[in-house]
Amino acid sequence: MPEKIVGKFEVKYFQIMDENSKIDEKLLPKLGKATLKEMYSAMVLARKFDEQALKLQRQGRIGTYASHQGQEASQIGSVFAFTNREWIFPSFRENAALISLGVPMHLLYAYWGGDERGSRTPDKFRDFPVSIPVGSQPIHAVGAAWAAKLKGTDEAMVVYFGDGATSEGDFHEAMNFAGVFKVPVVFICQNNQYAISVPREKQTASETLAQKAIAYGFEGVQVDGNDVFAVYRATREALEKAKAGKGPTMIECITYRLQDHTTADDASRYRSKEEVEKWKSREPLKRFENYLLKEGIITQNDIEKIASDSVKKVGKAVDDYEAMPSPQPTDMFDFLFAKLPFRLSEQRAYLEQVAKEESKNG
Amino acid sequence: MAEMNIVEAINSAFHSEMEKDKDVILLGEDVGQDGGVFRATQGLLKTFGDGRVIDTPLSESGIVGAAFGMAIYGLKPIAEIQFDGFIYPAFNQIISHVARIRNRSRGKYHAQMVIRAPYSGGIHAPEHHSESMEALYIHTPGIKVVIPSTPYDAKGLLIASIRDSDPVMFLEPKKIYRAFKQEVPEESYAIPLEKARVEVEGSDATVISWGSMMAQCRTAVAELQKQGKNIELIDLRSLSPIDEATIINSVKKTGRVVVVQEAPRTLGLASEIISIINDHALLSLEAPVVRVTGFDTVFPLAKLENYYLPNAKRIVKGIEWVLNY
Repeated sequence: MPEKIVGKFEVKYFQIMDENSKIDEKLLPKLGKATLKEMYSAMVLARKFDEQALKLQRQGRIGTYASHQGQEASQIGSVFAFTNREWIFPSFRENAALISLGVPMHLLYAYWGGDERGSRTPDKFRDFPVSIPVGSQPIHAVGAAWAAKLKGTDEAMVVYFGDGATSEGDFHEAMNFAGVFKVPVVFICQNNQYAISVPREKQTASETLAQKAIAYGFEGVQVDGNDVFAVYRATREALEKAKAGKGPTMIECITYRLQDHTTADDASRYRSKEEVEKWKSREPLKRFENYLLKEGIITQNDIEKIASDSVKKVGKAVDDYEAMPSPQPTDMFDFLFAKLPFRLSEQRAYLEQVAKEESKNG
Repeated sequence: MAEMNIVEAINSAFHSEMEKDKDVILLGEDVGQDGGVFRATQGLLKTFGDGRVIDTPLSESGIVGAAFGMAIYGLKPIAEIQFDGFIYPAFNQIISHVARIRNRSRGKYHAQMVIRAPYSGGIHAPEHHSESMEALYIHTPGIKVVIPSTPYDAKGLLIASIRDSDPVMFLEPKKIYRAFKQEVPEESYAIPLEKARVEVEGSDATVISWGSMMAQCRTAVAELQKQGKNIELIDLRSLSPIDEATIINSVKKTGRVVVVQEAPRTLGLASEIISIINDHALLSLEAPVVRVTGFDTVFPLAKLENYYLPNAKRIVKGIEWVLNY
């Protein structure tokens, strides 16, 4: 029996706008000026939200917070490719995506401020609550996509996760199910190079994360995740494919977390200033801004106006968050079951009594 | 001797025990370069190298399953799970393999390994970072469960756990990681497992607790002492196997008992302690045993956290109730 090759694969990488804001016209998606301006505004708003969140955390006005700075193109580029028939399954670093979908920012502050009501977004949003256990949510997106397929709807699921998540068993189970049942799901992996302190090359011996999709029988593609056009294009193609019944896609967005893992982390323990500086020069917001300026799509005045509008919106969100009445202690019982079991009603009554006696939560 | 808090005492246990025994190794997420998210493993990578202090991929099942394989082969791994709430992907490994191997191989193999995790609430952490799920492990045959509440105990119990030939779940109360310092010897010492510690002797009533609830109990007991009540305070330390004798002796002495647990009320260790008292000291009781516990609810986020957690006030009330019965 002769030896023969029974499997071969290649992984496509693309970039449309490089670090110097130079464009590959062939690949550039056709987006109107208004949309480009909207995309840019969303990225600025997300950045201002994040900067404010870091301040609020330092002032003790919210709790531990996970910054998305540097990942705005991966998140907002993909959300702009949505067609209003998508559901989103976020991890804990997807505030930029949620903001660009229009999720009220005061709710995001509330969640990070330690208030469950922050996870209760208005019904019109097809969003699953933030999933903190790493890699646990891709299989939910697969299940939902499978249900959409079985019910014959035209909806597709988009799940976000990081490089670290690709080491979790649940991630691989999700990928396998997605491939086997050919469901309309898009896996967006934001490879931001670190899972807390562990660098990407210690996370997997694979050359790319995108190639993991190939092992499960579907396409994996790698894009410059700091290039909003590349992310947009890859997501749009993946969604069209999903909706045409052609199954899942995994998109690996090469990006970088510019801040600490969370406000409880100190990234200087495990990565050099030089490395961070290198990635700052590739960061997505400035790159997009330079392109828009160069093309005359926005002016310096627009930039200033968009920045000040964003600061105002964020300020309003902080006010709205802090104006929320305190949650009731008994809320911990009232959303546990459709109807509170009798035995729990006794505990609830005890809590009501002690909460009255005890001074305010401190 | 040096003054250490709980995190420093744990770090010291690693240093002295890894120095003594080359088979002891550490693995987990961010334990090496970063020194652990709570800094419990700080400096170990530098001292012992990346063959013994191993940053793993992000995979709890992988960490515990691989540690189990290492233990079978003859190493003595200490597997760190970054937070209690992230341990569940490793449950299959813990329950189906780690806890069962001695029994199912009829003694041919055993898993000398420790699984460590920061545990319980009170630090205003994000979701899934605050639960007290010790009952799940206590309920699992074949694995020991240890929860220290002082720096001295943390070091001695961790070393005993590393040396124990059976697997140990070592849960570290993160709320009191840095709460206070205590004299802790630099060298290795072991505190026997299965032994509770009578922290305060008393004759009027017994308070039994463990983990960060011990801090609340200390306040409550001191408060009542000012009113002339002598309350015995027992730190269980080893939750499984449990030290029945210390509990029973105390109950026989005081006749009045309060058990304090942070965990949800239903099927917590407090319930089992009441059963032990029923079995061995029922007729010594002067009052029904009172439980001061967390609620049977999902652990709330930061804004409601302090309403969930039992506190000294609730504990004082519980003690007064058994005293006045």
